[in-house]
Amino acid sequence: MAVLTEEQGMLRDAAKAWVQEKSPVTAFRKVRDSGNADGFDRAAWREMAEMGWSGILIPEEFGGTGLGYLTLGLVLEEAGRTLTASPLISTALTATTALLLGGNDAQKKEWLPKIAEGAIVATLAVDEGAHHHPGKIELKAAKNGSGYTLSGKKTFVLDGGSADLIVVAANTGKGVTLFLVNGDAKGLTKQRLHSVDSRGMANLIFDNVAADSVLGTEDQGAALLEKILDRARAGLAAEMVGTATQAFETTLDYLKTRTQFGQLIGTFQALQHRAAKMYTDLELTRSCVEAALSAIDREANDVPQLVSLAKARASETLHTVSNEMVQMHGGIGMTDAHDAGLYLKRARVAEATWGGASFHRDRYATLLEY
Amino acid sequence: MSDLESFRSEVKDWIAANLPPSLTGGTARAITDEGDSYLWGGRRAKWTNPDAKLWLERMGAKGWTAPTWPKQYGGGGLSAAEARVLEQELGKAGAPPALLSFGIWMLGPVLLEYATEEQKMEFLPKIVRGEIRWCQGYSEPGAGSDLAGLRTQAIDKGDYYEINGSKIWTSYANYADWIFCLVRTDNSKKHEGISFMLFDMTSPGVETRPIKLISGNSPFCETFFTDVKVPKSQLVGKLNGGWEIAKRLLQYERQNISSGGFGGGGNYDLEHAAKDYVGTENGKVSDADLRARITAHKMEQRAFTLTVRRIQEESKAAKGPSPAVSIIKYAAAKLNQERTELLVEAMGHQGLGWDGEGYKPQEIAATRGWLRAKGNSIEGGTSEVNLNVVSKRVLGLLDHQ
Repeated sequence: MAVLTEEQGMLRDAAKAWVQEKSPVTAFRKVRDSGNADGFDRAAWREMAEMGWSGILIPEEFGGTGLGYLTLGLVLEEAGRTLTASPLISTALTATTALLLGGNDAQKKEWLPKIAEGAIVATLAVDEGAHHHPGKIELKAAKNGSGYTLSGKKTFVLDGGSADLIVVAANTGKGVTLFLVNGDAKGLTKQRLHSVDSRGMANLIFDNVAADSVLGTEDQGAALLEKILDRARAGLAAEMVGTATQAFETTLDYLKTRTQFGQLIGTFQALQHRAAKMYTDLELTRSCVEAALSAIDREANDVPQLVSLAKARASETLHTVSNEMVQMHGGIGMTDAHDAGLYLKRARVAEATWGGASFHRDRYATLLEY
Repeated sequence: MSDLESFRSEVKDWIAANLPPSLTGGTARAITDEGDSYLWGGRRAKWTNPDAKLWLERMGAKGWTAPTWPKQYGGGGLSAAEARVLEQELGKAGAPPALLSFGIWMLGPVLLEYATEEQKMEFLPKIVRGEIRWCQGYSEPGAGSDLAGLRTQAIDKGDYYEINGSKIWTSYANYADWIFCLVRTDNSKKHEGISFMLFDMTSPGVETRPIKLISGNSPFCETFFTDVKVPKSQLVGKLNGGWEIAKRLLQYERQNISSGGFGGGGNYDLEHAAKDYVGTENGKVSDADLRARITAHKMEQRAFTLTVRRIQEESKAAKGPSPAVSIIKYAAAKLNQERTELLVEAMGHQGLGWDGEGYKPQEIAATRGWLRAKGNSIEGGTSEVNLNVVSKRVLGLLDHQ
């Protein structure tokens, strides 16, 4: 764990206490089993907003606390431990970042206070296929008087079914432009998806949707999009560290309680060494995620490198740990009644979101020019 | 100006006035061999470059070879923050290390903790000045991973101990002046029958034989003791209390690895080697599979470096070792083996030369470094023992019954 300020330490402890008490894995299981269309519990989201979590990135003048990315990462990590599904990633992290980096005063004034209050769900719509590919934006933005009309499709948009505000990356023919689109815009169809992690993803179909609110500079949105994505990836990686850490600790507890051959299975060296390697992996990954988040807060030059490092490692580590969680639990790990499957399912969706390990390894090498 | 900033400018001025220009620019490191380099100091140092001797004398006189040790024992008496400033400024100036020393990395810290005042006054200043080169008498032919099974015997002969037995994998024993040595002083107990002693390698009855490794180098020796007399004043800590000191020293050894990692094989970057020997297409290394594996390795290396930094910050804030420190030796060994394997692979046949014509020095260094690195997961505790340590001490898993 990074060396924290007193304020960060208090917020982390409060987040830990709330998540463990109010949002344990059973709460997520309830959301899943209830057939909740949002994929998250709105009452829980309200409580998070009351505690200020939705406004951690938002400056005080717009109703938030402006504590930064490392701080938001602490909360995301705690939420990730219990698989808490909420709009923290889509709204408090990603859409907020888009508004902070690209928004003009009027846009910030209109949307940020609402996000800080927890009054709206907002999200970023970037990908258009099965894989993350921010370099290939084909959703068409056609000039129409003073504004544009958008036509095309966005896939696997986080909380896309519930979103009141959508940041849409579109192609004007001259480059990428980001638009702010209302969730109830005419011509917008939301197709809610049942993904394996039971969170609220959706495909969005744009059929001549009017869009006149440009975020940032027209045709110059690709660089802004990358900056937004890097902050989103780092925050997601923090959530993944939480998920992986809990998966590991739950498994470690099992090694200390399950008996076979008259022995605790945790006394078997074959399992001990795998546990020690996972611990090593987790520690290395934590260093990368914390380094990426604090580099963002410092606005350091090597943010893209550190973020790709963090997201690649978080993906690999969570992949391994979630597999080992099932394997080391044996048969019980294969049952729906046990949590192992929930961690496994969430792991793969988080890995695929905004680039998996191979995407970020390739990006890392490209950034280093070889 | 803060105290630290005024210290920084003091250091800068001192380095400018005292660092011999011939040592900057990395050439000083390039001519070091694994064992007999002048950088290790000692009574038998070969001063192939007189400026290096001068640099050691100057740094030693300031106590800056052991910057955080107390001044009364010859150290620099610096705070951790000042020591970091010193390290940064030496780095910026391109200064080579003044001294490589097991005395500084391993023995000194445990002497500060366990030795008597007389012993500290006797041994520490000579370590700081690089006058005495030390070696580590730990492993034995029958006591490797099971170190506490060691059998080298020290018998109480009234006013001295008489030592008989042998050690193995004693790094640079053939160049060392003194040895810090684990000996058995009680045969009835395993861990509680071990003592920690210091003695002169020129004592009658000490013999060393270098062991030739697969890399062609001989950094390690077999060391034999026949009726070696050791004055009782050279016992450190309590009689039969050596195991605690031994373990403590291993922590320092592993911590030292954590600050630098393993080296060897030259400092040729993997991506440059791949570009030079494999070639590129559209700016990317043309072997996509190799490029991906190099990248995975480089990212793990970066993760390791970030973890070392985090451990240092956390240890400072918590005033105690971070739990993550126990993974460092394991991770460092794995990384160095991967790096040296990838370097050889990137160079193709040019990376598999032994000596002679047709191979550049950097290619021979890659071959030798690759072979040497195989020992990284064995020396200083095998990777299997390291994983046992993490399992038991960090994760709280129990021994198999």
